[in-house]
Amino acid sequence: MLKKLIVFLLIGTLGYTLAVTFSSIPIGANRIGSLDNPETVAAYYLDKSPNDLKVANTITAVVVNFRGFDTLGEVSVLFLAATGLASILYRKEEEEEEEENKRHISHRLNLPSSSLVQTGAKILFPLILLLGIYVFIHGHLTPGGGFQGGAIIATGFLLMLVSYKGFKNNHKIMVWLESLAGLGFVGVGLYGLIRYGSFLQNTGWTGNLNDLVSGGLIPLIYIFVGIKVATELTNVLDILLNIKSRRK
Amino acid sequence: MALLIFLIAMAVILIAAAIFSIMQKDLLFAVLGTGVVSLILSVFFYILQAPDVAITEAAIGIALTTIIFIITIRNTTRDENKYNDDHINKFKNEKDA
Repeated sequence: MLKKLIVFLLIGTLGYTLAVTFSSIPIGANRIGSLDNPETVAAYYLDKSPNDLKVANTITAVVVNFRGFDTLGEVSVLFLAATGLASILYRKEEEEEEEENKRHISHRLNLPSSSLVQTGAKILFPLILLLGIYVFIHGHLTPGGGFQGGAIIATGFLLMLVSYKGFKNNHKIMVWLESLAGLGFVGVGLYGLIRYGSFLQNTGWTGNLNDLVSGGLIPLIYIFVGIKVATELTNVLDILLNIKSRRK
Repeated sequence: MALLIFLIAMAVILIAAAIFSIMQKDLLFAVLGTGVVSLILSVFFYILQAPDVAITEAAIGIALTTIIFIITIRNTTRDENKYNDDHINKFKNEKDA
């Protein structure tokens, strides 16, 4: 009886909250607007990002500056997903070696790749890394940003992991880089909180439009995000590729 | 006009690849079908002036997701029906014995 009462209370609270929220939203009204109608959000962003923030890529300005806290949430979701995957699938080195000796099977790529693939991967790997780093450093100037650059770097590592049997990531360096990047993001946010009074507040200094060093803290945050995403996805792929078979 | 014909052809290939990957019983080919869907989608995103999303779709949709599914298939079974059949047979054998 008490259980049912609690459930009803919870549903009632939820319904009331949703009703209040949705009744205050003018559903169907034109909220997107245009530059002619400066009351809307889009016009605000389009006006603010080149003029006040000096950021050429409006999407970056929205993602990192106006909605920076959401981006921190996204990064932590990715971090939690990677941690969960690792905690399920990762096994200690000694255990793995023992089992390998027992069964004499390693399920990871039993045959080496052909030399054509290996040579191609060797040539492409630094170029892919360079493209990824370019994408996240120029996040505020050209399309792309931390997530995109990080994913591109992860594909580069994936190419090497698939084509070379002996290619190993240094897990310690990866974990340290990831943690430092995450701490850097939070640190930038705390700097804004201490200095300007709100979390992830951008600095007053913004530079000139279309300069590499402009937009205040936006490039710094995107470099942190790029490093974090790249190391996380690389770790996920490394763990997935090294699963030992549990079939008999 | 040429662009329109190109776009329509791409859209037809996209839908065909999506249906193919649903109907296909061989999971490896189904995964490759989803890869084709992502490839054409990223071209569409670029044409619709969303280059940010196009880069993301290209890197994650084509490369990472496909590879993760392929790794999963390598560690389980490639045939969609085989896993179910194995379990049904096991159940039947247990019942008989």
